[in-house]
Amino acid sequence: MQIQKRKKLYISDVMIYLTAVLLMLLCLLPLLNVVATSFSSSAAATAGKVGILPVGFTLNAYRKILDDQQFWRSFMISVIRVVLGTILNLVLVITMAYPLSKSRREFHSQGIYIKFVLFAMLFNGGMVPLFMVVNKLGLLNSIWALILPGAVGVGNVILLMNFFRSVPKSLEEAAEIDGANPLQILINIFLPASKPCLATICLFSIVGHWNDYFSGILYISKTSNYPLQTYIQLISAAFDLSKVTDIEKLKQYLSISTRTLNSAKIVISVIPLLIIYPALQKYFTTGLVVGAVKE
Amino acid sequence: MRKPKKQLYYHVMMLPGMIFLAIFSFVPMFGIIMAFQNYIPAKGILNSKWVNFDNFKFIFTIPDSKQIFFNTITIALGKMILGVIVPVCFALLLNEIRRKAFKKTIQTIVYLPHFLSWVVLASVVQYIFSYEGPINSILSALQISPIMFMGSNTWFRPIMILTETWKEFGYGSIIYLAALTGIDPGLYEAAAIDGANRFKRLLHITLPGILPIILIMTTMSLPNILSAGFDQIFNLYNPLVYESGDIIDTYVYRVGMLQRQYSLATAVGLIKSVAGAILIATANKLVTTFSDRRMF
Repeated sequence: MQIQKRKKLYISDVMIYLTAVLLMLLCLLPLLNVVATSFSSSAAATAGKVGILPVGFTLNAYRKILDDQQFWRSFMISVIRVVLGTILNLVLVITMAYPLSKSRREFHSQGIYIKFVLFAMLFNGGMVPLFMVVNKLGLLNSIWALILPGAVGVGNVILLMNFFRSVPKSLEEAAEIDGANPLQILINIFLPASKPCLATICLFSIVGHWNDYFSGILYISKTSNYPLQTYIQLISAAFDLSKVTDIEKLKQYLSISTRTLNSAKIVISVIPLLIIYPALQKYFTTGLVVGAVKE
Repeated sequence: MRKPKKQLYYHVMMLPGMIFLAIFSFVPMFGIIMAFQNYIPAKGILNSKWVNFDNFKFIFTIPDSKQIFFNTITIALGKMILGVIVPVCFALLLNEIRRKAFKKTIQTIVYLPHFLSWVVLASVVQYIFSYEGPINSILSALQISPIMFMGSNTWFRPIMILTETWKEFGYGSIIYLAALTGIDPGLYEAAAIDGANRFKRLLHITLPGILPIILIMTTMSLPNILSAGFDQIFNLYNPLVYESGDIIDTYVYRVGMLQRQYSLATAVGLIKSVAGAILIATANKLVTTFSDRRMF
């Protein structure tokens, strides 16, 4: 009996494991192809011969990037943006989420504030009016145009607010009796208790700022001020597709042999994410799940 | 004496965030006025001519608009359906895996595409579906002539739906995996004693166990029906597939920012914004009515 049961489990287990591995490969192989392409000779890449291993291994693409000043300038702009933007995001999310997590008895105006915040989440003016505001403030072409419009992540405020509410009340009351003010309570009790949620928001913010290309397209007109993703968007769409009318021309464009170089740029642009991702991954599942849906 | 001081602390804490919201969320809402005007940048909002609902009437007369709404809804609906089914199946699959290290490795890798931008992934997708790419190599091995996938109005929408699902299914499974850990292990033991096999346990314990969260996630994805994924489509489309791939957001960008028809773009944006707000409110109502949870 025991043996038969084990055998049965074994067969279904094999199928389950195989499917899981297959799905994993499905996610991994396309990305490995980019890496392999970046190390391949451009002839092999253009001919579509590169699989998951480099063909005609060469570091040429990476050597070329070393001389590409625009690439490194954009890289630095993105780094600065991530640092400034994430700090601002976190400060604003924390200072908003804390008062909002209080009940109306503790913070009398909580109701009005939360209505404003929810309204801002539900409704927006749209792309064009926001562009005009950024323009009027004279932010165009500066790094602030990339950071300030998205400074308050309303979704993150709600996430952290829910997390704060799960912190035991007794801790706060004890600190209050010791004479701590709300700011001290926030810093000494709520923030340490909310580490997983803060790490999650931090990760979201870093990834969001690093990956955002569109505010660069919208608000930055000088190529020299582009953040990295906007720069990559520009080079990978370097041929102006809106001018392509017939299929033959499009085919030519799509097979242009800058593939190795572009792949190398993509690989470098992804490395910073790959470095922070494992460090924060252990937090984001708990942070996300506890905060996302309120019981 | 302490009470009012506490209130003041809270107000001061709210201040910076509210200033940012005021400038970048509430001020742009006044820009919506443009939707009811024939807005001319040189004249500004105060001096442009009022045209009432003419912009909206115009939207419903241009043949493009029907196509754009149709594209948006089909693409979004496809993504919503697969975006629930695939993560749920994947979570169920992972749940059956006992080896911790193996499970962890798989999770780490399938979550990864979520964190990469469409700018990066667009080049991957473009290559896979390109004329010389792997899919066409397989087709030619099967004696099928190559297809211009990215320039084909038949294929563009399915590719958008499939690649989005590919990018997000791992990440989407997180919430279901969390729900799965919440199921009482005693139920499984009882079922095992009653002689239920693995599949039966899945059907009668696991699935009902996560059904509430599946329903909630489905309801919460409803408001996205008018956002079919700007980043993905913007990075993957080209004039050949405007007909099948243009969605509301890409249309607003092209008409508003590139052709500078501010009034028209704002009007389209307003329709989307109002419909979206109604959908979110409805979804929230549904979630609160049918479960003990709420969205906010």
